Amino acid sequence: MSLAVIDNPFTYPDLSRVPAVDEVGINERVARFQSRSIKTDSKMAALRLVLSMIDLTTLEGQDTPGKVRQLCQKAIHLHDAMPGLPHVAAVCVYPNMVAVAKEALAGHDINIASVATAFPSGMSSREIKLEDTRMAVAAGANEIDMVISRGAFLAGDYRYVFDEIVAVKDACGDAHLKVILETGELGTLDRVRRASVLAMHAGADFIKTSTGKIQPAATMQVTLVMLQAIRDYYRATGRMVGMKPAGGISTAKLAIHYLVMLRETLGNAWMTPEWFRFGASSLANDVLMQIMKQTTGRYQSADYFSKD
Amino acid sequence: MAANERIAVAKTYKIYIDGKFPRTESGRYFPLKDKRGKVLANVCRSSRKDFRNAVVAARKAQGAWAGASAYLRGQILYRIAEMLEGRSAQFVDELVLQGTTRARARREVETAIDRLIYYAGWSDKYQQVFSSVNPVASSHFNFSVLEPTGVVAIIAPDDSGLIGLVSNVAPAIVGGNTCVVLASETSPLSAVSFAEVLHASDVPAGVVNILTGFRSELVGQFASHMDVNAVAFAGLDRKVAGTVQSQAAENLKRVIARAGVDWMKSDAESPYFIRDTQEVKTTWHPIGT
Repeated sequence: MSLAVIDNPFTYPDLSRVPAVDEVGINERVARFQSRSIKTDSKMAALRLVLSMIDLTTLEGQDTPGKVRQLCQKAIHLHDAMPGLPHVAAVCVYPNMVAVAKEALAGHDINIASVATAFPSGMSSREIKLEDTRMAVAAGANEIDMVISRGAFLAGDYRYVFDEIVAVKDACGDAHLKVILETGELGTLDRVRRASVLAMHAGADFIKTSTGKIQPAATMQVTLVMLQAIRDYYRATGRMVGMKPAGGISTAKLAIHYLVMLRETLGNAWMTPEWFRFGASSLANDVLMQIMKQTTGRYQSADYFSKD
Repeated sequence: MAANERIAVAKTYKIYIDGKFPRTESGRYFPLKDKRGKVLANVCRSSRKDFRNAVVAARKAQGAWAGASAYLRGQILYRIAEMLEGRSAQFVDELVLQGTTRARARREVETAIDRLIYYAGWSDKYQQVFSSVNPVASSHFNFSVLEPTGVVAIIAPDDSGLIGLVSNVAPAIVGGNTCVVLASETSPLSAVSFAEVLHASDVPAGVVNILTGFRSELVGQFASHMDVNAVAFAGLDRKVAGTVQSQAAENLKRVIARAGVDWMKSDAESPYFIRDTQEVKTTWHPIGT
């Protein structure tokens, strides 16, 4: 298929043109991704790729500067017993912790992502959300993870959601914008697809499934719907948008299933940390344990890996 | 066949992981035959991945099980004995099916029940026997207590289907450990039925996990897994036992070799079997100023 650029990527989309999602088809397709056999060398390559795509995350009310510094140390020194490992893509923290993370990561090629816009609920005024974003960017965040106003979206006020994303994108300046749809609160795959289209047209650099505070968080089903939306948006506009499933991906095996889905939906161009991320806190250690298992032949224990 | 002749429903012997009875993830089975070569059952030939899953379950269950009161652990062991008593006829029949004489089978089941009662009784007593207050020269109150080592991998004796398994599992779990057990290769049926007894005895999921399969295939995994804290075995030949010891050294597992024990005898039960899978923690508590 030729890539005829027909649509302007940054206009308010005609949501009546958003296709309906075939839920049965999505489930069947997802089941197929989980049946691929990824072994030995390809498994090792996949594990290393997963590591490099992780946004190491701590988003707790109890986060302290010490905890954030510990997380940054983990990002830099994933597992020093095994030299030559890739580092994670970014650390992801609350806006008031960005300065701490920036200091701890000085001199390292690891991005600082900050959630903003009254994360996780997004229940505040436009002005406060923009100020939240500007504060995080000023403190040194080069990636902003915003939440959409689910209340407005579910009430059908799509224009409000669109304008808000545009405004936040503007407040981000040079920082990359990831738009969290919080799919667990959207209810149906059709709404997930519609929210994805809205976010991409509003200027999202990434679309992201979840805050991690609502169950269900990322599932393969919603991620596939979002990947398909990215694919169709790319075909229509020629603009690439990244994808970040977040929350609930804690095993290397599941992460590899996601990579298979990414490869078979969007292709090789998206198989880099620039275009795909995992938002996770405990995934890194499981991947490290799998890498050590592949290398030494011995099943590993969490006792021998630093906490993240 | 006469119209009223009923076809017996044969039991599928599955493995026991995390309080569930899955089949082996590998999809491999081996036929268990009696002396005449008649197939008794198709038994799961567990893989290293089954073992890994079992260790994950045992690790997950260990904290809460060690934190349960000694009294509760004792009660649960007693409950296992009660359940086994109620189903003793089934266990006798199964042992006979696997080649044991009926008299010996009956004795074996009775000894297994009594052994569970024995260790149930020790649950709140071994601490007193093995803990100590130690005299030291400085102004410290110095005391040593036992703590469970963690996850114990047990390669059950091959020569008995039930008593060898019970005699190795009971002292490990009464002390707050969780375990992964490889059943006797030649008489695995009793182990699977014992898992059903455990399942009906309030033993929390993951505390005991039972696999069936080939020793030659799994011994190395039992010895090398980094998340296993102790490996106990009986009746391995010297060469294999040596390999287990050197592989276990990688993460300093406790290696408990129980060679030449007659599990039917009364000297096959002792609080020292409990202490085998315990660590000693010594605390220096300042006194005075």
